Amino acid sequence: MALDILTIVAVSAGAFFFLAGTVGLLRFPDTLTRLHALTKADNLGVGLVALGLLPRAGSVSGGLKLICVWLLVLLASATVSQLIAHAARDSGPLS
Amino acid sequence: MTDFLTVSLGFILAMLALGLIRVLRGPGEADRMMAAQLIGTGGIAALLLLGSVADLAAAIDVALTLALLATFASIAFVKKGLSRLGAESSEAREGGSVWRSTF
Amino acid sequence: MTFALALHIALAGMMLGLAAWTIAARETFAAVVGFVVYGLFLALVWVRLDAVDVALAEAAIGGGLNGVLLLGAAARLRATETPADAERPRAGLRLLAALLSATVAAALAAAVLQLPEPAPTLAPAAAANAAATGLANPVTNVLMGFRAMDTMLEKVVLLLAVVGVWSLAPDHFWGGRPGARHEADPQGTLAFLARVLTPFGIVVGIYLAWTGASHPGGAFQGATILAAMWLLIMMAGLADAPPTNARRLRLMLIAGPGVFLLVGLGGLAFGEAFLAYPAAYAKPLILAIEAAMVLTLAITLALLVAGPPERGAAP
Repeated sequence: MALDILTIVAVSAGAFFFLAGTVGLLRFPDTLTRLHALTKADNLGVGLVALGLLPRAGSVSGGLKLICVWLLVLLASATVSQLIAHAARDSGPLS
Repeated sequence: MTDFLTVSLGFILAMLALGLIRVLRGPGEADRMMAAQLIGTGGIAALLLLGSVADLAAAIDVALTLALLATFASIAFVKKGLSRLGAESSEAREGGSVWRSTF
Repeated sequence: MTFALALHIALAGMMLGLAAWTIAARETFAAVVGFVVYGLFLALVWVRLDAVDVALAEAAIGGGLNGVLLLGAAARLRATETPADAERPRAGLRLLAALLSATVAAALAAAVLQLPEPAPTLAPAAAANAAATGLANPVTNVLMGFRAMDTMLEKVVLLLAVVGVWSLAPDHFWGGRPGARHEADPQGTLAFLARVLTPFGIVVGIYLAWTGASHPGGAFQGATILAAMWLLIMMAGLADAPPTNARRLRLMLIAGPGVFLLVGLGGLAFGEAFLAYPAAYAKPLILAIEAAMVLTLAITLALLVAGPPERGAAP
């Protein structure tokens, strides 16, 4: 019962951060601010969804895989934001 | 519980649809690339939810694969973005072309 | 109209819209990004249709290698975009092409919708004979057991593709190293990513290839991830592409189809037919073939993306 509540709360929070990231991507004025919004959705969105689904994982290996997915997304979004920021800076002030 | 997860899956898919707007409109190449990255990450979350709803343990493997390869399109984007600037100087060298990047 | 049905319709509609936009997009780069996103959605659809092996292959190829290949091509074509735009065929010709494509699609749809109920299928026969190879994954059973000849020929076709790509090199660079040399800041982001991600990627790649015996996965999916990791190391400048006249490289390229062929001929000599596995040794033989195939496929896919030789073999 408590685990069910954890799932509902965590997945809802993750979905909220996805909403925030997507709205930011659509509404922010330029590339760098949109990049900022994007990484929030990446890190917290996937992390909270993975956390919420942990109680429902079938086995220990399933749970470990969920955590690995989150860590990989963290690494990927950190790297991608650096790379795209470099590219956006090199190609001029406004994309 | 399954109903709630299905609804959140639909919500994430709606977010992906909104991200598509940025892919279609995005005034610059970096914007399109960022929207593609968001759709990739949203796809990972959608796959995790789908695996839980449909009771497919292997869906996590697909999410793992996507998470591993999430950076590749962006790396190719920033590297190839340089090739236009570097191509003129690199072809002048004799030993062959070089892609030099500052990151 | 249940919620799930509405989701399916929405997903299908998004994909069709995205596909239409990808075809109609003017800029090559925009179309490539649209295509990569299309691949991501397709992976979702495959999982929804319970075809997780296909979804793994789609995620690995579409998400990783395809993006690198097509974005590289789009960058090379950037200089030619304006003159290419001027050469677009007239509206009449394009309308004719659209009509032809729509006719083919309609014919396919009619054929599928008119299949008898239940549709003719070999799936029950394949499932009934699953014990013949001792593997639990029905897809691997079909690929390596019931339809092994096709799989072997596919590997040979991939080898021919590599030879075809190499043949695009100018004569004086034949046998040289593919692509341009990548250099990146050894303390920078890209090098860090390559150092941290690659060991993990290798583990996941081998895991996917290994687990294909009983769960969704397989040699192809695992090999794609290994190829992507090697490409990452090359793109981060941590290692240079090997010269294409290196003997070890060429030996590894033919190892996969070679082992397959050897086992097949062994089936002729010791069994009933070409590629017939003796019942007691079916599983170890299949695993041996898959191991060789993973090695060959990983190198083949990476070399296909790396391209034809553009420099000499000297480092």
